[in-house]
Amino acid sequence: MMKTDELITMLARGAVAVEPQALQRRYVIALGWGAFGTTLLMAIVLGVRPDIAEAARLPMFWMKLAFPALVVAGALLATVRLSRPGMRLGRVPAAIAAPVLAMWLFAAIVLLGAAPAERPTLFFGDTWVYCPFIIAALSVPLFGALMWAMKGLAPTRLALAGASAGLLAGAGSALIYSLHCTEMAVPFLGFWYVLGMSIPAAVGAAIGPSVLRW
Amino acid sequence: MSASEDRLRDLLVQGLAGDTATYHAFLKELSAHLRAFLRGRLPRLPDEVEDLVQETLLAVHNQRHTYDAGQPLTAWIHAIARYKLVDLLRRRAGRDALNDPLDDELEVFAASDTEADDARRDLVTLLNRLPDRQRLPIIHMKLEGRSVVEAARMTGISEAAVKVGVHRGLKALAAMIRGE
Repeated sequence: MMKTDELITMLARGAVAVEPQALQRRYVIALGWGAFGTTLLMAIVLGVRPDIAEAARLPMFWMKLAFPALVVAGALLATVRLSRPGMRLGRVPAAIAAPVLAMWLFAAIVLLGAAPAERPTLFFGDTWVYCPFIIAALSVPLFGALMWAMKGLAPTRLALAGASAGLLAGAGSALIYSLHCTEMAVPFLGFWYVLGMSIPAAVGAAIGPSVLRW
Repeated sequence: MSASEDRLRDLLVQGLAGDTATYHAFLKELSAHLRAFLRGRLPRLPDEVEDLVQETLLAVHNQRHTYDAGQPLTAWIHAIARYKLVDLLRRRAGRDALNDPLDDELEVFAASDTEADDARRDLVTLLNRLPDRQRLPIIHMKLEGRSVVEAARMTGISEAAVKVGVHRGLKALAAMIRGE
């Protein structure tokens, strides 16, 4: 029979120093391998858009990168905080919502300013049928790596933590996919990109409670 | 921040830096707080308290790399204790056994109880179910108090494998408790 005092002695005995940046290091590794996998998948299956050099001269190209990049930043902050027991989210959800709301506002302005006949094109583009699913499919390497990272930490709100890691994977995937995708209309990005990022977030929320237990 | 929180935090921070004596003192003091806290939360399951104290201590140890030195220790400990408490109640499918709201994080260090009941679950029995590559390093290093070098020589595996075995074995132990 092991008494609690014996357990304490056992746990403390030979306990080596813990690396202070262990959590950060874990996420750096996960994001590195995940982004590598997702980029490789995008480059092999889809390829970078051939006109990328010309597109890079347009401000819209950079806005299209900035949008998922801002969601990545917010979701990373949330994911890191949700990996530590007792850490509050504070204003992080607002920081995630801000770029999405800004996109929607911008999309509304674009749509209202456009001729009615052009509005469907601005919203549907040429690729709405598969864009969200490609973002979700490309997110798989990032998703797996981030779940691995989180599994070795200590999330206590498992559905929320899974959703956050999923959103991070989805936004990272959208960022990488935008190097292939030629859609440049704000209404398109504000809806179909957001839908694409939401798919891994929903999957993360669904599997978090069973996968992330510790 | 209370005096006991300050003290415990200092003990933990030194323990995380590799001071095993201080870490032992931290776990010892923490166990008394956890016992008082969990006894207050589980009035209808008094026999489960000591098991849950042990499970929570193991969780604190296994997850100690998630403590941020800038974070209030109360919040970190409370979140872990609460998580393990809710997990236990879910396993028992009896959330009605809970008589208090759980978001009272300031209370986690409010009381201290050094009178341990006997645990019902024997961790030694669970340890013996681990595969050799985890069981032997834990027995030699953590129970018999041998060094990594000695444990590696006695088991015939590398020093790195001994360390990994201890780490994974303690995590596997937590998983076995969870799966009961």
